[in-house]
Amino acid sequence: MSTTVDSSTRAPGTQAPKAKRQISDRVRAERKLGWLLAGPAFIIMLLVTLYPIVQALYDSLFSFRLTAPGDKEFVFLGNYATVFSDSLFWQNLGVTLLITVVTVLVELVLGLALALVMHSAIKATRGLLRTAILVPYGIITVVSAFAWFYAFDITTGYVNNWFDWVPGIGPDFNWFASQGPALTIIMASEIWKTTPFISLLLLSGLAQVPGELSEAARVDGASAWQRLTKVILPNMKAAIMVAVVFRALDAFRIFDNIFIMTQGQYGTEALSLLAYRTSIGRLEIGLGSAISVILFLCVMLIAFTAIKVFKVDLAGSGKGR
Amino acid sequence: MLSTKQKLGWAIVTVLVLIYALFPVLSILMTSFKSPADLSSGKFLPSQFVTDNYEQIFVGDAKDLFLPALWNSIGISLIATFIAVVLATLCAYAIARLDFPGKRIVLTTALMVSMFPVISIVTPLFNLWRQVGLYDTWLGLIIPYLSLTLPISIWTLAAFFQQIPWDLERAAQVDGASTWQAFRKVIVPLTAPGVFTTAIIAFFIAWNDFVYGIGLTSTSAARPVPAALAFFTGASQFEDPAGAISAAAIIVTIPVVLLVLAFQRQIVSGLTQGAVKG
Repeated sequence: MSTTVDSSTRAPGTQAPKAKRQISDRVRAERKLGWLLAGPAFIIMLLVTLYPIVQALYDSLFSFRLTAPGDKEFVFLGNYATVFSDSLFWQNLGVTLLITVVTVLVELVLGLALALVMHSAIKATRGLLRTAILVPYGIITVVSAFAWFYAFDITTGYVNNWFDWVPGIGPDFNWFASQGPALTIIMASEIWKTTPFISLLLLSGLAQVPGELSEAARVDGASAWQRLTKVILPNMKAAIMVAVVFRALDAFRIFDNIFIMTQGQYGTEALSLLAYRTSIGRLEIGLGSAISVILFLCVMLIAFTAIKVFKVDLAGSGKGR
Repeated sequence: MLSTKQKLGWAIVTVLVLIYALFPVLSILMTSFKSPADLSSGKFLPSQFVTDNYEQIFVGDAKDLFLPALWNSIGISLIATFIAVVLATLCAYAIARLDFPGKRIVLTTALMVSMFPVISIVTPLFNLWRQVGLYDTWLGLIIPYLSLTLPISIWTLAAFFQQIPWDLERAAQVDGASTWQAFRKVIVPLTAPGVFTTAIIAFFIAWNDFVYGIGLTSTSAARPVPAALAFFTGASQFEDPAGAISAAAIIVTIPVVLLVLAFQRQIVSGLTQGAVKG
């Protein structure tokens, strides 16, 4: 858009009318080619997301079970009223928020530590460190869930044996039979798997902090901790915010780890699982769609708040240079 | 030069990071080599390394669960990756090189799609796919997988393409190369690393999917490995599926580890370029 304006305003007096039309022809051809190339990807992205959410919005207004398709009945916002008046929904929302806040905070600290290690690592170990850290990133979440589950599980686990000197932990301690311990392991698996991504984002943020700044502070007698908190972190605020938003949105959709470890039992169910259990598990399409729409709105709310209130420029990197 | 103390410090830090990154993998690897009786030993190491679990998933009872799932995972992930990378290459080329209104809309849409909760897509598709016959088919998974692989491919490739010195193409033509020669000798070598890296990242994401896998399949006709692992419990004959699941988990982790070992540098630059630029 900006270039078209530029080309017509840059030298208005010097261009002959004929040349002007030629330029606009070329501009038009370029626009056409642009949409021709970008169009298919754009349309497919819309089809695979916009269509389902509109369909879900529509379905959520009906009382509709697949087991009794004849009884489809328009109930307007009735499904939403049902969801909001159900204490299970609020409990699941609480679990989801708890997981989001705790995992993002822990990952931010751990990810920053890993990024600092990789950033200042000597050449001999830099490649090794990055390779190692990419393993959790690439591993299937379900595999991570099983790895953590089998390590802590009461029959297949060994953690209880290793830590039986800790009060409360012994061979009979079942991690997956109560909310607190189960959520702890679920979050541990989530944190293990996704911290590498956050640390790579922070690493590229670190690389953009001018080395002279930190060096100057060091010469002025600032301690390592002061340099980190007063110089480095404020200068990579943008990278930190982007990492936090991306991870928060991801954590809010948590599904795999919970499904594998507890199936949402013992108060560990998150909103995604509730939506899945309602629609695909119990075939209550209307009610399940309503939960899906609410989940979607929550995610949009988080993204919108981040972009408008905290001014996180998520799309910033896509701009031309 | 580093002092001995600093060297020791780095050695300790490196070991700690290695333990962090590899311990859970090592843990499930050890479980995969335990015999059924050994599973509840409460020890980290198997008392004896046995390959029973691997035999079970490749030639034994769990063969019919695992092998079709492995084939589905490989096929569906590769096809979804291929389509996404081809479409994203065209799209990212347009974004990096051409001026057209709506460039930002395309990028913003990609961003929105990548934030979209998968579960909100699965419910309507579950219903629609049953009506149109795509439920429990490869195509029925490939299409929604594009919602996972396309956005990140577009972002990563757009970032890559914006750094390519495209003028070299014209320079080659000035020097007498034909359009085709300029494309083949200049553009392809310049763009190939970015496209290849994007393909790896997109493949990881497709390979990782679980929600679509369990929501949109019901048999071994299309069920990918992550979803199949969750069903090992009910469908198989043997009592504790932990050993077989661990072995299967190790098998699907091998391609990830190989790709990471071979292309660490490219994956890191691909992941970081697509995301933050200050």
